[in-house]
Amino acid sequence: MEETTKRELVLSINGERRSIVARQSETLLFVLRDGLGLTGAKPGCLNGDCGACTVLVDGTPIKSCMMLAIETVDKDITTIEGLDDAPIQHAFVRHFAFQCGYCTPGFIMNAHALIERRPNADEATIQEWLESNICRCTSYQEIEAAVKEVLEAKKAKPTDP
Amino acid sequence: MVPFDFAYYRPQSITEATALFAALERDGKRPLYYGGGTEIITLSRLNLVRTAAVIDIKAIPECRALDVGHDSLVLGAALSLAELEEANPFPLLTKAAREVADRTARNQITLGGNICGQIFYRETALPLFVAEADAIIAGPYGIRQCRFLDLFHQQLQLGRGEFVVQFKVDRAAATLPHFHRKRRKQGEVGYPLVTIVALKKDGTVRVALSGVCPFPFRSAEVEAHVNDRSRPVGERIQAAVDAFPRPILHDIEGSADYRLFVAAQLLEDMLGELGDRETV
Repeated sequence: MEETTKRELVLSINGERRSIVARQSETLLFVLRDGLGLTGAKPGCLNGDCGACTVLVDGTPIKSCMMLAIETVDKDITTIEGLDDAPIQHAFVRHFAFQCGYCTPGFIMNAHALIERRPNADEATIQEWLESNICRCTSYQEIEAAVKEVLEAKKAKPTDP
Repeated sequence: MVPFDFAYYRPQSITEATALFAALERDGKRPLYYGGGTEIITLSRLNLVRTAAVIDIKAIPECRALDVGHDSLVLGAALSLAELEEANPFPLLTKAAREVADRTARNQITLGGNICGQIFYRETALPLFVAEADAIIAGPYGIRQCRFLDLFHQQLQLGRGEFVVQFKVDRAAATLPHFHRKRRKQGEVGYPLVTIVALKKDGTVRVALSGVCPFPFRSAEVEAHVNDRSRPVGERIQAAVDAFPRPILHDIEGSADYRLFVAAQLLEDMLGELGDRETV
């Protein structure tokens, strides 16, 4: 049997291939932050409760404190650093949907996935998705308003032929 | 961060997985089968789980099956709860799954993981109890199929080296009238005080509960009282509650007396919603 040691992982992150030697038992969050310097995903509860560490894996929001980095080989990872002028980022600024900002990257990644995956999300769906993240500064109303604004704008925008 | 090292394996077939388990076991690695990994990772961080090897079953095609056949549904154990919600082949299971953790976590938590993990609520087991589902289990001696409820005594009784590959649900059972309620201490957050799942078939109510005891259960004695239409509803419910297995949970989420009070209320709601309140 193979020994329990570090292994070289080649990960696809924000459109780039990044190589790193990591423990096989290491979480994606730790590898992103301490191994690759991508500190946008935040360590909060480290227990899957707060959502501050949310990133996208093949477009699906995932709490990176609860996924092994080695599981993401051959998958596309998107962190907050990989979003470039996404509508939800501007909406967060317009609605001042943060106070201390610690939860913001996780909220934005989850909200971005919701907008991409559920452009016709109803009230219940929006609430269900946003309940995955916790904001202790209680910016919930502003965050919800930002998400709804982007969803409405997306619906109003004519689809490409 | 996981404070110890383990090796990660990702077999592509059932036979590869069971052979790996046997080899790792011989090497003293105390391997664990790994689904969504959420519980293994979070409990490892607290030193409540320790292993030298995990075997990820998500690349095994049978574990990822989601087949809606003419007579039965096949639900792979490595399907995430979010995938089951979106496909919605079994509405009662969807309702139970939707109340587990949160939406993002359910992108990772698997059906098999929710049922086989250490956290004892195991709420997705309840719809499988009342639908009388079968479990397909792989292990060192091959693959076996058995009634899920027969193999579940407080927890799923798996032999060393065995893992759940799939669940099979009768399609007719998946469409029967049903009831689901989860009551927590506070709002929509936290573990259940009581979760109750019921299904009505041929005039008989099947009921299963989680949160009342430190294990989910379906009890023939409880169901006999619930279905005893010779007695008034209040007496049926009281007799059913008295017949719950013991111990009743008594912790920070709720006292034993309060849990039984909530369970009785939910049984009454269940009988009302399933149109079963009358006395004959």
